[in-house]
Amino acid sequence: MTVLDDSTAPGLVGPPHSHGPRRDPAPLLPDPEPVRILGTPAAKTFDAELQRDLYRRLVLGRRFNQQATTLTRQGRLAVYPASTGQEACQITAAMVLREVDWLFPSYRDTLAVVARGVRPLDALTLMRGHAHSGYDPYEHRIAPLSTPLATQAPHAVGLAHAARLRAATDPAAAEDLVALALVGDGGTSEGDFHEALNFAGVLGAPVVFLVQNNGYAISVPLASQSAAPSLAHKAVGYGIAGRLVDGNDALAMHSVLSAAVEHARSGRGPVLVEAVTYRLDAHTNADDATRYRSAAEVDAWRARDPLTLLEGHLRAAGLLDDAGVAAAAKAAEVLAGEIRAQFDNPPDPDPDSLFTHVYARPTSQLREQAAELAARLDADADAALAAATDAEDEAR
Amino acid sequence: MSTTMVAALNAALRDSLREDASVHVLGEDVGTLGGVFRVTDGLAAEFGAQRCLDTPLAEAGILGTAVGMAMYGLRPVVEMQFDAFAYPAFEQVVSHVAKMRNRTGGRMGLPITIRVPYGGGVGGVEHHSDSSEAYYAHTPGLHVVTPATVADSYGLLRSAIASDDPVVFLEPKRLYWSAADFSPAEVSTAQVPPIGRAMVRRPGTSATLLTYGPSLPVCLEAAQAARAEGWDLAVVDLRSLVPFDDETVCAAVRATGRAVVVHEAAGFAGVGAEIAARVTERCFHHLAAPVLRVTGYDIPYPPPMLEKHHLPSVDRILDAVARLQWEQ
Ligand SMILES: Cc1ncc(C[n+]2csc(CCOP(=O)(O)OP(=O)(O)O)c2C)c(N)n1
Ligand SMILES: [Mg+2]
Repeated sequence: MTVLDDSTAPGLVGPPHSHGPRRDPAPLLPDPEPVRILGTPAAKTFDAELQRDLYRRLVLGRRFNQQATTLTRQGRLAVYPASTGQEACQITAAMVLREVDWLFPSYRDTLAVVARGVRPLDALTLMRGHAHSGYDPYEHRIAPLSTPLATQAPHAVGLAHAARLRAATDPAAAEDLVALALVGDGGTSEGDFHEALNFAGVLGAPVVFLVQNNGYAISVPLASQSAAPSLAHKAVGYGIAGRLVDGNDALAMHSVLSAAVEHARSGRGPVLVEAVTYRLDAHTNADDATRYRSAAEVDAWRARDPLTLLEGHLRAAGLLDDAGVAAAAKAAEVLAGEIRAQFDNPPDPDPDSLFTHVYARPTSQLREQAAELAARLDADADAALAAATDAEDEAR
Repeated sequence: MSTTMVAALNAALRDSLREDASVHVLGEDVGTLGGVFRVTDGLAAEFGAQRCLDTPLAEAGILGTAVGMAMYGLRPVVEMQFDAFAYPAFEQVVSHVAKMRNRTGGRMGLPITIRVPYGGGVGGVEHHSDSSEAYYAHTPGLHVVTPATVADSYGLLRSAIASDDPVVFLEPKRLYWSAADFSPAEVSTAQVPPIGRAMVRRPGTSATLLTYGPSLPVCLEAAQAARAEGWDLAVVDLRSLVPFDDETVCAAVRATGRAVVVHEAAGFAGVGAEIAARVTERCFHHLAAPVLRVTGYDIPYPPPMLEKHHLPSVDRILDAVARLQWEQ
């Protein structure tokens, strides 16, 4: 090893070479342990009505997951990636947003979409297989559920950036909005996640990234996914704030996410929130989770079910009694009944819709293809009618 | 007034930025530098760094950000620095840019223009000369446009930016420095060419050359040379690969009964294969010979010292014309 002891050598004196500003990473670093409120003194000062509201919403969320799973068994949904066990994340993600804000969900986040006000039938259109997306993104300010992992994260950045641009050039149209992008732990390995965080940091866009770390990407555990100290630490490399929170603690989730959203809204830059949670169901109804995780592990997490944690706390604090539990359960049954009713004979998709929205105006080629399919369907209908008439004649 | 293709493209961006406050240019080195080909020269100075934004170096991030901007009602014009460096953005192009209107039942269109300098013939080392049009043309939901003249560079780029659909705008970098007597200031809105119409660049009676982008000048040169052989060749400039102008192409082929498709990209499963098939399906009874193709070979784009063998040349085009069964 060469020891450089000649401190007057050229290049070794003066300030270090620096291309651009260096920042102190300390304020960006997440806490070493996930933020918890349940079971801590902070729970006592948490708004009581908000706690009850969170409970009622979590009960509805759980019932939604159950009903959707039932619909898959009945063949009314082609597939459903349940968020059972992650309801505290899903519900608070919708709750902390204002009407002006935008949500960028992934395929696991139907519950967050419903919690933001979309009719269950429309939120589940993708899973029904009737259309790719069933709700108006502009009406609800929710992007379509994104299946290609993390690809929606840069969209959130671009939209938030665009809102800032418009506010600067057209103050009359200014919207103080925040974009919230939902990503899974596996999704944080995707390049788009990295690029979105980097762009958000550089542009200073009002974006919050919520990573629901449920420990698995289908079968692959987090240890095989990342060597980072935590997923929240990934924020630091992009110069944005990282926050680590217990995703099964509804009070902590609400508190950390609210703070993150207001941090972004106030122009202090983006935030990455990692919520540590667990999906109690399989990846989807088509998955066999016993191939990659033990019953003991699932049981341990079931003991930390966000719903039972909150219920236990509320009862102990005297904020919830049997009547309150029964009322919440009754509201959940009403929701389940509404969902079932919506799924009773929903209209079939129109084959002509295949061609109508590929371009703003169909090309001549698409018009030809639409006419060809329409003629075939007409011929099929005529043939079916003729066959039915023949059968009737024979019967006579 | 002599104007280069680069200057015409620059004027189209400038005029679009001036007329429509929602237009935003973004990409690598597009700001201070004015782009590696100078197509965005002076735009940041005139319209500010936010309207002509130097982004981090990440193509998927650039395009993903543009998607979000378009969702909010802006009209992003993205510059991909080179054909082969647009590939990192491919997932955003295919899974979101192309599909968003369809995925949302027509509720959310993405008026994004993706400018891509493409093609060879400029002595570029590997990854700087790809012809990537077939990847985009094979993706429903995208318009794929490529100008071959200075005037079209201006007009088609104006139309692309004004389009409510996403447009992959392929700029033949070999023609960037070509010049023509053209003044953007004299183009009225009514004269701007619509997307989706081919153009007969040279009428002819013997056979029809169907081409686009960087190969148009080669075809025109071939048509000139063919006169010595007694052939009067028509030349059609497709201008737009998607939507495809079946009408103009078929009329031009029926008029001569013989056709050759010419492009730089590899022939196998290329745009020329689609054109040959379409022409055969639609004009079979007017054809005196099979539709032939003159294309790049089915090889990775060659090193600069060998590219002349790969690119369609006047000789290769005339050889193909000679094979169009004249003796019948
Ligand atoms: C780009 C991409 N690659 C692969 C897949 C297939 N896939 C769907 S979900 C999934 C696991 C995602 O795990 P995670 O991000 O942790 O989210 P979770 O399912 O746990 O909510 C995979 C690999 C995909 N949808 N997109
Ligand atoms: Mg996961």
